Amino acid sequence: MTTAGGPKIQIQRVAKSFGAPGRAMEALGQIDLDVAERELVCLLGPSGCGKSTLLNIVAGFLAPTSGTVLVDGHPVSGPAPERGVVFQEYALFPWRTVTGNVEFGPLLQSRPAAERRRTVDRYLDLVGLRAHADKFPVQLSGGMKQRVAIARALANNPAVILMDEPFGALDAQTREVLQDELSRIQRVEHKTILFVTHSIREAVYLADRVVVMTSVPGRIKQVFAVKLPEVRDRFAQEFTQYESDITRVVKEEVAKVRE
Amino acid sequence: MAQFLSSVPELMDAGLRGSRLPRGRALALRLGAVAAFLALWSLLSGAVVVLRLFNPIFLPGPWLVFGSLLDMAARGQLWIHLAATLERVALGFGTGAAVGVALGLAAGHLPPVRNVVEPVVELLRPIPPLAMLPMFIVWVGIGEASKVGFITYATFFPIFLTTVNGVRQIDPLLLRAAQSLGARGLGLFTRVILPAALPDILTGLRLGVALAFFVIVISEFIGAEHGLGYLINDGRNFFLVPQMLGAAVVLGLLGYAGNGLVRLLERRLTRWQHPA
Repeated sequence: MTTAGGPKIQIQRVAKSFGAPGRAMEALGQIDLDVAERELVCLLGPSGCGKSTLLNIVAGFLAPTSGTVLVDGHPVSGPAPERGVVFQEYALFPWRTVTGNVEFGPLLQSRPAAERRRTVDRYLDLVGLRAHADKFPVQLSGGMKQRVAIARALANNPAVILMDEPFGALDAQTREVLQDELSRIQRVEHKTILFVTHSIREAVYLADRVVVMTSVPGRIKQVFAVKLPEVRDRFAQEFTQYESDITRVVKEEVAKVRE
Repeated sequence: MAQFLSSVPELMDAGLRGSRLPRGRALALRLGAVAAFLALWSLLSGAVVVLRLFNPIFLPGPWLVFGSLLDMAARGQLWIHLAATLERVALGFGTGAAVGVALGLAAGHLPPVRNVVEPVVELLRPIPPLAMLPMFIVWVGIGEASKVGFITYATFFPIFLTTVNGVRQIDPLLLRAAQSLGARGLGLFTRVILPAALPDILTGLRLGVALAFFVIVISEFIGAEHGLGYLINDGRNFFLVPQMLGAAVVLGLLGYAGNGLVRLLERRLTRWQHPA
């Protein structure tokens, strides 16, 4: 189904304003960005720069004021199972068990029970939650909830996964553990991922490319291709070099917001 | 989700839950309270007899009331009245619940439906349901239809309102998550909206059951030949105070049981809120 060789996600001249015409607030300038298949791209920028707005447009939750988003060459017109979303607030269905949440997508596609069970087992193993399969979300910690949400997105086998500050609500330690896990999962699953974060360290750790955005209205300020090995060391000299390079660029934008 | 305390039973439950007594002791206290109430009642009616305060016929002791109940049960009379009341409540409440939930789900989910239904409901709701009883009798006569229809009318409001509230309080993020997993139309409705609104719907059903027993009595005062409300009214006409109180006791027990049934349903259906 992939357009041969073409980018998986194409964001073309996408702009977004909120509010009534005339008094509208421009949230996103004009964004052009392609994401290749199997690529993990991080959108990085000061808070309120419109990075989540852009992600919501790709997800189909918001319509752009102008421009289009193509996934596999098809224009996005609303939320669809080809674009899985992982939210900062987990958004698990509280009335479904861990298993029930993970099998939600396959269930909607009327997959046979045996196949659903295999899918659930596979992804719960992948996120290390097999032992908690029958628990309800209220019984899980934040980190476990987000693992379930990731497994739920993966189990639906989407073409792309959109992650909106997925680890933003977790404590620093859990956050790093989940970054490790996502990195490991990505080495197995090779998904096309658009990942919003405001953590430079997180972006350098996970991304193939880091897209730094300007403050409001958000535009692309600079794109960094992170040429580091698949398995990354947060204390390696090259790693910290990327961190400080990107920090310098981000700081300019944060300073602008303060002025 | 009904996490706020919206009704007296919920407040009472919260109070009881807060005390966290061991189960056996809590039960002992509850039974003790009932026994103390019966004892006080016996004492009062006994005092009336002994001290000749007023005609003891006005305040029969519990033994007389239960005696009258046993007598009516033995003659088979009680069961006829009980069945009549239960049938009306079941039919009226069942219809009210079905209409209230269906319309509430539609109005909560679809803004055009909400804009049509809500103003009408808001106009009718402040009118005490009892004020409408004579209307029902004028419209559909004095028979079963007016009694059942009246319960339907009265129970519709709390069930409709809590259902609308339940649907409107659904976290929009859950809807987004469901949509990006492929849920649309009916699937979204049955797999997300309905379960998410269920705790509020059940609260509405509980309020509806209580209201059904509240209004059936009054509608049975008027033009009924059977029913517990009829028994009370009949007891008044013939000055059979034990019969009046007996019917009231049965109504109390029925309301208690109805509430318990819905609670049981709640516990089964919303186990995810407090899993073991």
